Amino acid sequence: MALLRISSPHTQRAGHRTSWVMQMVILATIPGIAVQTWLFGWGTLINLMIASIAALACEAAILSIRRRSVAFFLKDYSALLTAVLLGVALPPTVPWWVTVTAVGFAIIFAKQLYGGLGNNPFNPAMVGYAIVLVSFPVPMSQWLGVQSIVASGESLSFLQSLQAIFHHLPNIDGYTMATPLDGFKNKDLLDSTTAFQTVEALQTANLNSWLWVNMAYLVGGLGLLWLRIITWHTPVAVLSTLLVMAGVFHLFDMSNTATPLFHLTTGAAMFGAFFIATDPVSSCTSNRGKLIYGAGIGILIYIIRTWGGYPDGVAFAVLLMNFSAPLIDYYTQPRTYGHKKAKKGLKIGEDN
Amino acid sequence: MAKASTTTANIFSFHGGIHPAENKVQSLQLPLGRPNLPNELILPLGQHIGQASRPVVAVGDYVLKGQTIAVNNGFLSSHLHAPTSGTIADIEERAIAHPSGLSDLCMVIFPDHKDQWIERTPLEDWQAKPATEILEYLANMGIVGMGGAGFPTQVKLQGAHKNALKYFIINAAECEPYITADDMLIREKTQELISGIAVLQHIVNAEQVIIGIEDNKPTAIAALNALLSEQNSSIQVAVVPTKYPSGGEKQLIQLLTGQEVPSGQYPADIGVLCQNVGTCVAVHDAIFHGQPLISRFTTLTGDALKAPQNVEVLLGTPVTHLLEYAESQPDNLHRLVMGGPMMGYTLDSAAVPIVKTSNCILAATKEELPPPAPEQACIRCGMCEQACPASLLPQQLLWFSKSQEHEKAEHYNLFDCIECGACSYVCPSSIPLVQYYRHTKSAIREAREANVKSDLAKQRFEARKARQEAEAAEKEAKRLARQKASSAKPAAKTAAPKAAQSAPSATPGISDEAKKLKVDIAIGKTKLKKAQKLLLEAQENEHLEEIKSLQLKVTEQETQLASLEDQLSKLTPAPTKAEARPAVSDELKKAKVDVALIGVKLKKLNKQLEETPDDQELKEKVAGLETDLKTAQATVEKLSTDSASSPSPAAAPKAAINDELKKLKIDAAIAKAAVKKVEKALKKAEEIQAPEVDAIRQQLKEAQQRADELDKALANPQAVDTSSAPAPSSPNADTEKKRKIDLAIAKAGIKKAEKSIALLKEQGKDDAEIEASEWPKKLAEAQEKLAALENESAPAQAVEVKAEVAAPANADADKKRKIDLAIAKASIKKAEKNIALLKEQGKDDAEIDVSEWPKKLAEAQEKLTALEPNNDNSTTEKNVEKSPEPKVAESPADLAGQIKQQKIAAALAKAQINKLTKRLDSEPEAADSIQQEIAATRQKQQDAEALLAKLTHSQESL
Repeated sequence: MALLRISSPHTQRAGHRTSWVMQMVILATIPGIAVQTWLFGWGTLINLMIASIAALACEAAILSIRRRSVAFFLKDYSALLTAVLLGVALPPTVPWWVTVTAVGFAIIFAKQLYGGLGNNPFNPAMVGYAIVLVSFPVPMSQWLGVQSIVASGESLSFLQSLQAIFHHLPNIDGYTMATPLDGFKNKDLLDSTTAFQTVEALQTANLNSWLWVNMAYLVGGLGLLWLRIITWHTPVAVLSTLLVMAGVFHLFDMSNTATPLFHLTTGAAMFGAFFIATDPVSSCTSNRGKLIYGAGIGILIYIIRTWGGYPDGVAFAVLLMNFSAPLIDYYTQPRTYGHKKAKKGLKIGEDN
Repeated sequence: MAKASTTTANIFSFHGGIHPAENKVQSLQLPLGRPNLPNELILPLGQHIGQASRPVVAVGDYVLKGQTIAVNNGFLSSHLHAPTSGTIADIEERAIAHPSGLSDLCMVIFPDHKDQWIERTPLEDWQAKPATEILEYLANMGIVGMGGAGFPTQVKLQGAHKNALKYFIINAAECEPYITADDMLIREKTQELISGIAVLQHIVNAEQVIIGIEDNKPTAIAALNALLSEQNSSIQVAVVPTKYPSGGEKQLIQLLTGQEVPSGQYPADIGVLCQNVGTCVAVHDAIFHGQPLISRFTTLTGDALKAPQNVEVLLGTPVTHLLEYAESQPDNLHRLVMGGPMMGYTLDSAAVPIVKTSNCILAATKEELPPPAPEQACIRCGMCEQACPASLLPQQLLWFSKSQEHEKAEHYNLFDCIECGACSYVCPSSIPLVQYYRHTKSAIREAREANVKSDLAKQRFEARKARQEAEAAEKEAKRLARQKASSAKPAAKTAAPKAAQSAPSATPGISDEAKKLKVDIAIGKTKLKKAQKLLLEAQENEHLEEIKSLQLKVTEQETQLASLEDQLSKLTPAPTKAEARPAVSDELKKAKVDVALIGVKLKKLNKQLEETPDDQELKEKVAGLETDLKTAQATVEKLSTDSASSPSPAAAPKAAINDELKKLKIDAAIAKAAVKKVEKALKKAEEIQAPEVDAIRQQLKEAQQRADELDKALANPQAVDTSSAPAPSSPNADTEKKRKIDLAIAKAGIKKAEKSIALLKEQGKDDAEIEASEWPKKLAEAQEKLAALENESAPAQAVEVKAEVAAPANADADKKRKIDLAIAKASIKKAEKNIALLKEQGKDDAEIDVSEWPKKLAEAQEKLTALEPNNDNSTTEKNVEKSPEPKVAESPADLAGQIKQQKIAAALAKAQINKLTKRLDSEPEAADSIQQEIAATRQKQQDAEALLAKLTHSQESL
């Protein structure tokens, strides 16, 4: 009788593997993708396709160079998740090579060169996004408007989307418009009230479209919370800090700042809080650490949006906090059972 | 359940925990089973934590059921009883149920199927008995904790008295999936459990008694509550929510009391005692029925069994027997686990027996417990952290374990991990986290043990080194003293002939040998400088160990240099007579080559020794070479003095005598070496208190005698040689001869007296007795005679010299002083030797102080210091007063000689200081006197150095 000799524990929670985690996160983006497609046309889906193919190809290539089992690692869906997150973050009409560049950089440089899954210090999707945002600012700032308010009065058809992405769409200007954040950023000397009345990007229809997008991601994020794939700490910290920052500054200067609601329902607020900041690999580990990490992201988002050079700041805020995650980890160890105090820092030799 | 609410204590919560599939119903379908007797019972001697039990029956003995077959073997140990009647078939190594899968010593019983009980003696009136008596009784009944660890119950109960006991918790949580043994036990033996608890409560007398039970055992809870309310008992039942690992001792304590057991401490430290329900029932059986722990409830479960159930099984029953009983399907059996699926361990073979702590046999199919999925990368998802009941950061611990950062792992409280397996259970990447932690824990433990070991080794090594250094220093000091004496003697001896022979040629040329010597000196000086530089560096960098050895090296180098310079100074004034005595100089050359060769060898060995300080063989070799070197140096010295002293006209007749002399000298050297060897052997023998000490002493005496005789003979031919030489310039050579013989005889007498005294001392005679014997007197007489003779011979020689050459007027006085100096040095040496001897005999410092030797030593040293400056002065005077013609040529040379002499004096003083400092370290009682001595010696050294500076200055100005 050849009996197996395995150390305890002998059971495993069935089905909850890393690939399951990744799949669930991908599935949780579906509401957001659906709303984006409904509002901005097929571009998002086409982007997703391009990004997914590029990500899997890059991952497979690097894995084979690293002499790892390609099939085994592709099946963990982590590359696909990076592609999905990038695909929904990029503007729907962005040229295909921008997507490929972003995904390639994310997979090859931000992930595989650090040792692959689990070893990347930075969020790969955000590294890819930041690279193309800095390198190709023009296509990256071209967001489509909702059909009711854009000049052409309709959204791009599937063919037009393809044309915009793979070739060139001459009358693209008729479909695009600034995002609310962009519009508010460039209100120049107008005060808030006037800006919300006059600036095209800040019209209710446009604001509502982004409200819908954010709500969809909120739903997806709540699903992840329900599945216990993420804990509440990071998203709550991000959103509440953003709320508090916006609230405090709005109270001080009503005329020049936007309302907290505006900050929470535009741009990538919900997407960032639930899908980007919660990336476990590059964020903090302990619950207290996650709170500090999330708060840092919230503060940075507000700072970049209000005083920085970009209309939205999720990518940079997350990357900056990625830097500080290990440090935060050292100082936010939980109090272990039987210990009076939590340990702080790394004072080796001064235990207890 | 309704009544439970009235008695239920507050329930707290603990961090983390998991909810694995319970799988408890399978084994509760059938009633409690009682398997029939197996063909053999295998009883491991180590069924508990602590030392294995000691068998008290032999192979072949017939034992009755309940008879003690092994007794406890120390404080933390337990008794073992025969589970049934039968014969002891064997006491041998058998495979046992242990995570290591190793075998251990087991007693094998072949049952006779009569199941005949030994006479049982229940503990009557236990309520009236003191706790210690009950504990003693429980220990004899072999009761151990049946929850899993098998901690001897009496030890745990004793420990509970450390603090006032607030909570006595009965652990009925049974949180592991599959296991229902405790559940079944509560259902079947509710009454026994309650009375067992009552006995234990009588012993420990806690403020509250709480039974902690998970809410997935409603039948058991109901049974308990019914009985407790019936008895109006104060025992509370605390129903805790089902969550793994609520049955862990620490977790259950937190659940029921809200308190945490401090890290590294025991529940008793916070006034809590935990006992398993199985233990309570065993206590009941022992107290009320006089029944030792010979059986237990065990769950047989798993999909590979057709009839999963709970059984009451005799200890020692092989698992195979139970699997058969539960109708296992061997084809489906894929993994056999002893214990639950979370913390149990796999069994290699089903031949292992049930022991006191076996609560479950899980015979799992492949579908039930599938092989673990391949490990994926940790994505730090934090699920493990959310599940950890100890609030650790498992993902960080994994990181540190993988990278073997043990310090960080410890800092992250790795040792607070209870290895419950919750983290591994939830890990989406299928990382066997617990296995990593176990490995790292044992690696850290091993490292700690190794640290302790290496610390001990270091201490041993340092102690040994210090001892060796002390020995080496002592040896060195002895050597220095000897060298001092020997360098003084030839100087005194050769002084006369030197002066006599320096006459013929007014301006002495420098011989080849002198050149060679100078080269040697130059080399020696460079070496000395190098050593000094190293020493300085070492002092700057505070390498304490190096400083000592380097200092020794420097002093050694200095003395070597000094002796070389001494030789040179002896050679320089000697006229060139190279062609007159080629034989001798050849000999000398050869001897020098020998010295150099041995020196090189010695150096090489010393280097090796530095690298491997423990090599005894090497040390012996070094010691041997050192003696060789010394004898070779002695030959060189003798030869050189010889060559210097041999008068030129006597060259031809001297050759024959020279041969004889050579032979004698060689013999003497051999004899001396033999003496040394025997001495060494004696020392060693004394150290180890060997019985052959006396024999070796006898040998030593003989060897010494031989050496003395040879020395005497050597002295005589020399005299003969000098006399036989038809020296036209020495008319009173005969008298000189006679004197020399007298001198030799006197010396021999001294030696004899000394030897006798030493012998007396060895025989353990008191100093007083020794004093009373005639030997000290004789010694003193002989010494006086010797001194007189030496004094006589010196003036005589001087007179002779005077008669022959127009030598400086105060040459005689100079010589005399030199002789005095030599005598003083010799007496110092003697005194030192005697003191050393006294010390070796284990006399106290006080006794030594009382004896006359220290006084003598001090006197002699005083005399020496008085003489030395005198000597220097006289030589300087002599130089000044010397005939004017050779002044230009000679005075720089003389000055150089003086400088050298001063250097020697300074070096000697330094060596003495070193020695004294060392003594100061070893004899703190005599600190004051030693300090004074050090101060005096320092003064001496400073004087010498001042003089040296003056001389150097005058040399430079020349």
